Amino acid sequence: MEFIGDFGMILLATIRDVLPIIALIAIFQLLVLRQPIPHLRRVLVGVVYVILGLALFLAGLDKALFPLGKIMAQQLSDPNFIYGHQVTEGEVQWWAYGWVYLFAAFIGFATTIAEPSLIAVAFKASEVSAGTISQWGLRITVAMGVALGISLGTFRIVTGTPLYLYILGGYLVVVVQTLYAPKSIIALAYDSGGVTTSTVTVPLVAALGLGLAEAVPGRNPALDGFGLIAFASLFPIITVMGYAQYNQWLAGRGKIVPSKEDS
Amino acid sequence: MSLENPSFNIAPYLAIIFKKLRDAVTDLLPIVVVIAFFQLIVLRQPLPQLGEVLFGALLVVMGLSLFVQGLEMGLFPIGEAMAQALARKGSLFWLLTFSFALGFATTVAEPALIAVAREAAEIASQGGLIASGEKAIRSYALGLRMSVAISVGLAILIGVLRIIRGWPIHYLIIGGYVLVMLMTIIAPEEIVGIAYDAGGVTTSTVTVPLVAALGVGLASIIKGRNPLVDGFGLIAFASLLPMIFVMGYGLLIFS
Repeated sequence: MEFIGDFGMILLATIRDVLPIIALIAIFQLLVLRQPIPHLRRVLVGVVYVILGLALFLAGLDKALFPLGKIMAQQLSDPNFIYGHQVTEGEVQWWAYGWVYLFAAFIGFATTIAEPSLIAVAFKASEVSAGTISQWGLRITVAMGVALGISLGTFRIVTGTPLYLYILGGYLVVVVQTLYAPKSIIALAYDSGGVTTSTVTVPLVAALGLGLAEAVPGRNPALDGFGLIAFASLFPIITVMGYAQYNQWLAGRGKIVPSKEDS
Repeated sequence: MSLENPSFNIAPYLAIIFKKLRDAVTDLLPIVVVIAFFQLIVLRQPLPQLGEVLFGALLVVMGLSLFVQGLEMGLFPIGEAMAQALARKGSLFWLLTFSFALGFATTVAEPALIAVAREAAEIASQGGLIASGEKAIRSYALGLRMSVAISVGLAILIGVLRIIRGWPIHYLIIGGYVLVMLMTIIAPEEIVGIAYDAGGVTTSTVTVPLVAALGVGLASIIKGRNPLVDGFGLIAFASLLPMIFVMGYGLLIFS
């Protein structure tokens, strides 16, 4: 019965999240637009589905995946697992953390595939591009960006190098790519940076960052624990534009492979 | 999928439900594989409480399929309907008011943001950047939250204005990046990590589909706009502007 209580709390929290949006739309419909919403009943049923679905989704994650994922993140970064014994700051070797980087990449990829907001944006992108941008193509490209980003982010925490160097470097790459990437992909690429980090990815990734910053000798969780989310929102922009550029390049070489993102 | 179908037949509905569930299983599969691989092969430990985990996974699958169905029935149509109604009304003032309010209202109460703001305030207090004590921490956290919420409101407003005017997105985004870079150099180190993360936590699972439908809806109605080129980008602004505002807030408070 404990679960029903937990689920009730999550459901209430979800309703509280949706309430300001419903209030805003209702106020605008009643006071400003003064016209009925088409298919109102169907839309309302849809909103109920969204709230119920999101609450079930979060309750399930809380029950099954988050506890296990957080324990695993701690175990993998534990010096006893990595070195077989406790170490001091001077003994930290960045190459000893191979499993951590791999776990970061895999969990980043996997959680992004299950991210509901990315599913929504991929759906819209596929719809407006009349299918030339495939839902799975976009989702896998974004997930690979997140994998790369989080893996690099854990490397940064282990080595203790400053966050801004990576982020500014990444921005530079994005700026240069923007100049050459097909125009039609640019806005979508920028958007895919923002959608990757919500319900599923943030809790697991934040736990990974803080756990790692605590476990690596000489790192300060308050300073080094943050920043993984920034990595996860930057690198998908690079991979999505990169994939579009790759397709353009293939098309430009006169290969038979048709360009997916025709500009 | 018309609801007005007089001869009610359950078979097509079952087929849809089955397909949604199968999609959700596919979406969840990578997480299960990764966790099982690391737990069993790398850490060499048994899966604890297998029953609980399986039950949780079942909830996730059901939740995800319900959410996607609700997306297609509720959130997307309502976002598009609002875009259409506001565009037809032809009042730029109301359109921009709606955009700002949507960004502000969905962000200000976001639990992830409240948590991050609180954490940031505690770190700033420990680092001696603000006075210690509950009152100072609370007022700093509130200020941080407000600056993020206002910045997301402004972000959606600017993004909608861009769609209407047809400004190319890359100038705005690159300009924003340059600003972030410059501010990173002068902002206090303690705020930089939080500012970068603030960009990521603002875009919730309910906001994203609604905002995407709004942008694409506007770009499809306004003549001369392409839904793919002009319709996206609202979320990008919503993740960029908070970084600038949070660093700005840090500069304002700490100097």
